[in-house]
Amino acid sequence: MDFTFLLQLLINGLVVGSIYSLVATGFVIIYKATSALNLAQGELLMVGAYVCLDLLTKHNVPFFQAILITLVFSALLGLAIERVILRPLIGSHLISVIMVTLGLGSILKALVQIAYGTNTIPFPEVFPSAPVQIGPIPVSQGYLYALACVTFLVAALTLFFKYAKAGVAMRATASNQQVALSMGISVKMMFALAWSIAAVVSAVGGILLGTIRGGIDMSLAFMGLKVLPVVILGGLDSILGAIVGGVIIGVLENLSGGYLDPAVGGGAKEIAPYVALILILMFKPYGLFGKRKIERV
Amino acid sequence: MQCGDFKTSYAADMTIFDTRSTRIWVFLLVCLIFSAPLYSSNYLLDVANRIGIAVIGAIGLNILTGFTGLISLGNAAFMAIGAFSCGFIGIRFGLPFYLCIPMAGLITAGLGMVIGIPSLRIKGLYLAMATLAAHFIVEFVVVKWESVTGGVAGLTMKTPAIGSFALDSDRKLFYLIYLVAVASIFFARNLFRTKPGKAFIAIRDQAISAEVMGVNLLKYKLLSFGISSFFVGVAGALAAYQAKIISPETFPITVAIDYLGMIIIGGLGSVLGSIFGAIFITLLPEVLRLATTSLSSSFPALVTVFSSLKDLVFGILVIVFLIYEPNGMAARWYAIKNYWKLYPFSH
Repeated sequence: MDFTFLLQLLINGLVVGSIYSLVATGFVIIYKATSALNLAQGELLMVGAYVCLDLLTKHNVPFFQAILITLVFSALLGLAIERVILRPLIGSHLISVIMVTLGLGSILKALVQIAYGTNTIPFPEVFPSAPVQIGPIPVSQGYLYALACVTFLVAALTLFFKYAKAGVAMRATASNQQVALSMGISVKMMFALAWSIAAVVSAVGGILLGTIRGGIDMSLAFMGLKVLPVVILGGLDSILGAIVGGVIIGVLENLSGGYLDPAVGGGAKEIAPYVALILILMFKPYGLFGKRKIERV
Repeated sequence: MQCGDFKTSYAADMTIFDTRSTRIWVFLLVCLIFSAPLYSSNYLLDVANRIGIAVIGAIGLNILTGFTGLISLGNAAFMAIGAFSCGFIGIRFGLPFYLCIPMAGLITAGLGMVIGIPSLRIKGLYLAMATLAAHFIVEFVVVKWESVTGGVAGLTMKTPAIGSFALDSDRKLFYLIYLVAVASIFFARNLFRTKPGKAFIAIRDQAISAEVMGVNLLKYKLLSFGISSFFVGVAGALAAYQAKIISPETFPITVAIDYLGMIIIGGLGSVLGSIFGAIFITLLPEVLRLATTSLSSSFPALVTVFSSLKDLVFGILVIVFLIYEPNGMAARWYAIKNYWKLYPFSH
């Protein structure tokens, strides 16, 4: 195992991990604002990717317009989901909220399957494919663009939460709903905004994954389950944690894929994040940056 | 005529079948169930067997999730553990099925308690995630541990037999499955009249108060995991006997979601609800299949989207139940029953 191989794995891990970070950010935003565990995050990602693909291939929309339309669509989808499904369940038991997102995931997956079938559909080449030489290893340009996109989006979200009025209002809602209400913040609006942001970042993640992989299929939905180790590692209510956790899990996944897979005969890449999840829950359940408020009963 | 629901003793309040007519009806129902193989078609018996297995599994999951409040997404993994340990014991040691099934249940109970250990430190959504992770790890182990599970190719189950009498068809398996199912129902109903069952409910409602009242959380949470996993493991073993060949793909994560759907739609924390939910969710694809095939002449596209259609209807039903009837079909059933019991003077 030489150094180049390790470096290649690290770069792959970094890129995939950055997309995990992005999707995990959406997850954390929903959890922070509404304390709902969104297990349909992967399906939102898949819907975004398919909608963009549809626009690109069937309607020949130029790439940037296609992305814009996809994002608007995702934002509206997020709003609709919050209004129709999640709002009636405010204040109900945790298992209801978990189960409702599982039901939502089931619906979205079925709709995509009915509309597009189960086969892998090639994703049109958006970024130039010629690899760039970084040090000793060639890196696909798509990876670099994806990394840049994620960095830009995460930076934009960070600024939004720090300076924009709506962002500050969302943080206020997350920290104390009653106080936020009494300050004139519409908590319902914040919930809707959280879902809409989460749907948008998931859609971007889906599009990026589509371009990197060169094709999309139903397995994109599993990305939502990949996000769970990420958010547990980072701390469920920390956006910084989601970013750091995403990169760590991405790298961990690729390293175990590179070094453990030959030893066990495949499958280690898929399982490593979940083993990490269990270990983190056993030893540091609030994650790296999470608030330490777990009840021990 | 009864004009109100009056109980004068605790024992009367705790009886399972409170009136003479209920007892007669239940007896008739049991007779009807056990005579079903005499006149039902093979297809109906196949569906009935799957319902029976689902009832056992759903009761198991409901004990853990509905009664103790520990959310588990690992139900499919527990079923896989039960199925593969049953198959392995049967093939390697040549034991008859009536020893294999309880042993599979015990193995699943043991492993379930191990998986349940994190529940002592974490709860709620953290436990849901831990059990989800456990599912993927179990799936991985099933694929990799070829000497026991047969790896990707899977295991071919030995035909269960009593002496020379082989339970080789759905018609014969029916009695086995329904004996276990009826026993499970009675066990579960009685469990919640005993100290452990009440401790489970206390843990669900208020864990800290339960501890203050002298409920040992460590003991009872693990016990709940153990009992629940025993049921689920037995359901897995029976499912293996029915399927005859089991592979890592027999118990995907969607099975766990289906079981959660059963107890949500049927009713969390209700044995009757588990039964309703199991029947409902198992019948759902069959009814949809009937509908799609009968409509396929006018809409041929329907057949190709059948499996997605099932997911779609499942998702919609789960959401509709959660929003409009969060206590499930069991609650509706009791409401209707109480309405008619005192009709037309319900006060």
